[in-house]
Amino acid sequence: MSDRLEIRKTYKLLINGAFPRSESGRSYEVISAKDEFLANAAQGSRKDLRDAVVAARAAQAKWWSLSAYNRGQVIYRLAEMAESRSDELVEFVKLSEGVNSEKAKASVAKAIDRIVWYAGWTDKISQVLGGANPVAGPFYNFSVPKPTGVIGVIAPQNSSLEGFVECVIAPIAAGNSVIALASEKRPIPAVLLGEMTETSDFPAGVLNIITGFTSELALGLASHEDIDGLDLEGADEAFADELAFLAAGSIKRVLRPSKKNQKNSIHRLRAFVETSTVWHTIGQ
Amino acid sequence: MAKRLVIGSVINVSTAPLRLVTPEDHSVVIQTSSQVPRIESETQLRSILATLSGVDSVGAEARVAKLATRSIKKSTKMAALDLAISMVDLTTLEGADTPGKVTSLCTKAMRPSPMDLSVPSVAAVCVYPDLVAHARSVLKGSSVAVAAVATSFPSGRASLNVKLMDVREAVANGADEIDMVIDRGAFLSGRIGQVYEEIVAVKQVCGNAHLKVILETGELVTYDNVRKASWIAMLAGADFIKTSTGKVPVAATQPVALVMLEAVRDFAETTGQIVGVKVAGGIRTAKDAIRYLVIVNETVGSTWMTPDLFRFGASSLLNDLLMQRLKQQRGAYIRPDEFSGD
Repeated sequence: MSDRLEIRKTYKLLINGAFPRSESGRSYEVISAKDEFLANAAQGSRKDLRDAVVAARAAQAKWWSLSAYNRGQVIYRLAEMAESRSDELVEFVKLSEGVNSEKAKASVAKAIDRIVWYAGWTDKISQVLGGANPVAGPFYNFSVPKPTGVIGVIAPQNSSLEGFVECVIAPIAAGNSVIALASEKRPIPAVLLGEMTETSDFPAGVLNIITGFTSELALGLASHEDIDGLDLEGADEAFADELAFLAAGSIKRVLRPSKKNQKNSIHRLRAFVETSTVWHTIGQ
Repeated sequence: MAKRLVIGSVINVSTAPLRLVTPEDHSVVIQTSSQVPRIESETQLRSILATLSGVDSVGAEARVAKLATRSIKKSTKMAALDLAISMVDLTTLEGADTPGKVTSLCTKAMRPSPMDLSVPSVAAVCVYPDLVAHARSVLKGSSVAVAAVATSFPSGRASLNVKLMDVREAVANGADEIDMVIDRGAFLSGRIGQVYEEIVAVKQVCGNAHLKVILETGELVTYDNVRKASWIAMLAGADFIKTSTGKVPVAATQPVALVMLEAVRDFAETTGQIVGVKVAGGIRTAKDAIRYLVIVNETVGSTWMTPDLFRFGASSLLNDLLMQRLKQQRGAYIRPDEFSGD
């Protein structure tokens, strides 16, 4: 028997590049798929959300000011970090989702591959979504995609890592900053990924992760007026209706869950960009 | 027998249900028969200052830390936000100030939120002396006062004549309030008589204008010095004592405000003179402003909870106050860009 002291890990929030406990001091028990105690996670509050929004707002300008190539490098770096800590991710995906090791491994591998895929997109979005438009007049006319800004993401409730990556990395690759509500019952893989962003040159505040009760936090996310877009993937239909209604109060761009198979589609990159069109006179 | 007047219970400042007061009575007891001693010599000034006890710096910091934990919610918070707005000296003190910028500042001072007419106007705008006349013309007919920083603000490194000219001109241009700086060099090298005399001289040329004396506490190093400088300013006839210019790295801090408020309280108790306090520099959030209000209320009592006796020198603070106010009303957090830039 080892006489070492047991070192238990606390799973905390990620706000502005730091790992605070909830300002409310609350925490909740995360239960595994087999109904066993898994960990204690921070139970975030509206004020944690507020702090995350302030951080995300400041970080977004900084993130967008980097070159697209550089943003890709940073996101790729996250894939590197996830790869080297993949055993830990596999373990928690397995426990959280109640799948066997094989499936968990495959899921983590897929998630990491998606990070790499989105990393490659950062410097290609403007070619695909933007372009030079032919106009009847002596003008050059360009359409340039620009990030929507600060995006609130309600991550999928079931897919603890794959789904989280899909919803969170896409808007970040497009130049947005994100405040993500991790899956309420399966938050640990998302928290681990958040830890990895801090060793991947992500500017503080580009990705903020709040764990806690979705029913409580999502309302704050939808009504906060300084959030520009909302991804409702992790909300059921009735709740998504309510949140979309709240989001309309501050004219947010809202992405509703889609039943269509959108594998390898860039719809999540497209969801949170705005097209800015520039006219420029042709002259000598 | 001296008539004892309990001020805090007599003057009701706010009509709103402002519950910043704890059950204990913090009111200042004033001896109406007493008065400010006439200072005839530096020796006499020194002997008065020698009666002041040293500041317990650990105690002061612990006290404000404790007060900062006080929870101000709902209607009390709304009342506190409105009170804080009415106490703001909306300030622009940049080399790049233009009449245009002062115009927009004055417009905002009179009506901080065009969306909501129930928002009170601020106490004053604070500008450099050469822009006083312009501010005066924009603010004509409003309740907002014009404050001017004078006496070679912010360093104060000029001869007395130059400083007095500066003040005369500001007053002639229509300044209601003069924010002067003390000579920190003189204070720190022990020439306190000179500091005193300068304030007396400035007070004389102020005429009807209120005099705020900036101690620049960030340069005074110790709390003991802050207490002494507060007393010198009050003995010399300051209507207000003010923490900082906002031009040095260390501006207003809560322990410094506590020390100054205690000086004001002790001065009122021994001389019967009520002096105001202005905190300036580095106060950007409504949360900070409310913490200052708690300190005021707990140190000198509700008498001081009025723009006549307590001010915030700030620029970006006003937007945060407006934002928190709107947040209370709408129940949702607000976009900062809903308010005009400074």
